[in-house]
Amino acid sequence: MNIDASTFVHLAAYTGGGIAMGLGAIGAAIGEGYTAGEANSAVSRNPEISGDIFKNMLVGQAVAESASIFALVIAILLLFLDLTGAVYLKGAALLGAGMCMGLGAIGSGVGSGFPGGQACLGISRQPAVATQLTTNMLIGSAVCQTPAIFSMVVALMLMFMDFSNMPLYPTWAALVGAGLSTGLAAIGSGYGGGMAAGASCEGIARQPRSVGNVTTTMLVGQAVAQTPAIFGLLVSFILMFKAFPESQALSASMALLSAGLCMGFGGIGPGIGNGMAAEGAVRWVARNTAHAGELMRIMLVGQAVSQSTAIYAMVVSLVLIFVL
Amino acid sequence: MAIEGADIVKAAAFLGAGISMGLGAIGPGVGEGMVAAKACESIGKNPKEAGLLTRTMLVGQAVSESTGIYSLVIALLLLFVV
Repeated sequence: MNIDASTFVHLAAYTGGGIAMGLGAIGAAIGEGYTAGEANSAVSRNPEISGDIFKNMLVGQAVAESASIFALVIAILLLFLDLTGAVYLKGAALLGAGMCMGLGAIGSGVGSGFPGGQACLGISRQPAVATQLTTNMLIGSAVCQTPAIFSMVVALMLMFMDFSNMPLYPTWAALVGAGLSTGLAAIGSGYGGGMAAGASCEGIARQPRSVGNVTTTMLVGQAVAQTPAIFGLLVSFILMFKAFPESQALSASMALLSAGLCMGFGGIGPGIGNGMAAEGAVRWVARNTAHAGELMRIMLVGQAVSQSTAIYAMVVSLVLIFVL
Repeated sequence: MAIEGADIVKAAAFLGAGISMGLGAIGPGVGEGMVAAKACESIGKNPKEAGLLTRTMLVGQAVSESTGIYSLVIALLLLFVV
């Protein structure tokens, strides 16, 4: 079967668009479902303020929705991109873009649901701090969205950068790998960031006076939870911008694809783990504010250890790119 | 693209190394995070024992780390030795 360049590029664009929206729909739907579920619990606990809870639920769900809206934008762009005169390599870039955005929206969508749900529960428990809870929910879920935004940036770069003067082999593998690296690594960071944000909304409702310490711990914890996604972004950038010499060998291509897969998968676990550590710390800073400093320290030590496997994955990726 | 015997073996080794380290990093990352979360909870409940709890956390995490190190060893063996 011989497929000419134009057919192949269209095939890749349509497949990429389907993957972007199909995978991209998973996370936001789960996250919003969680928010709505907790909102129902909240209304049953305190039906008099159901209006406030309902409003907060919709705001929280709107933020969680944004991850899948990014996926929708990328999917529509892939469907209607002008592909006249495109070379085979463009097909690999478009497939990478679709996978990157689809995978990258999963974690952020689920994660953003946690602060939304906990803020609804918190409002039913402490209606007096409703404004603070909504503000904290918005800050927390906005940070959760960053891994999805990284994925969108990489997807847009893969779609609109000009790779036409690069050799097809092994650059195709570098471009697919670039998409997988950021897309997969974003899953863990998005989910982990959401765990920290959820715990902070719960904590503020329990101890409204701890709001300053809780928000600080949440932001520090979320920042550390973002690092695996940033490693993924770094590997993607290297794979997109480094010029690889032409090589017909299969091993040269597989080394680059493997580099993307390694960093992508390797970022998932540490992202979730860092989020769990941050969740534990935030929850107990709210309950025991006097020891906030100690809790922050232990959180950072625990996160640093949890981070180590992401660093191993990055080292193996960089060896695959630069040494072999 | 012509594929030869030695080339396909090398390609499989590279792909295997990436998959080994990539998937192998998931478990320790999540597991160590759980340990850290529980350590925070314990210190929140009983701050006087912070030193003991930190030590226990680090030892537990080190054990959890071992599977990640196995993955790293296998990945490096696949890259440089096999």
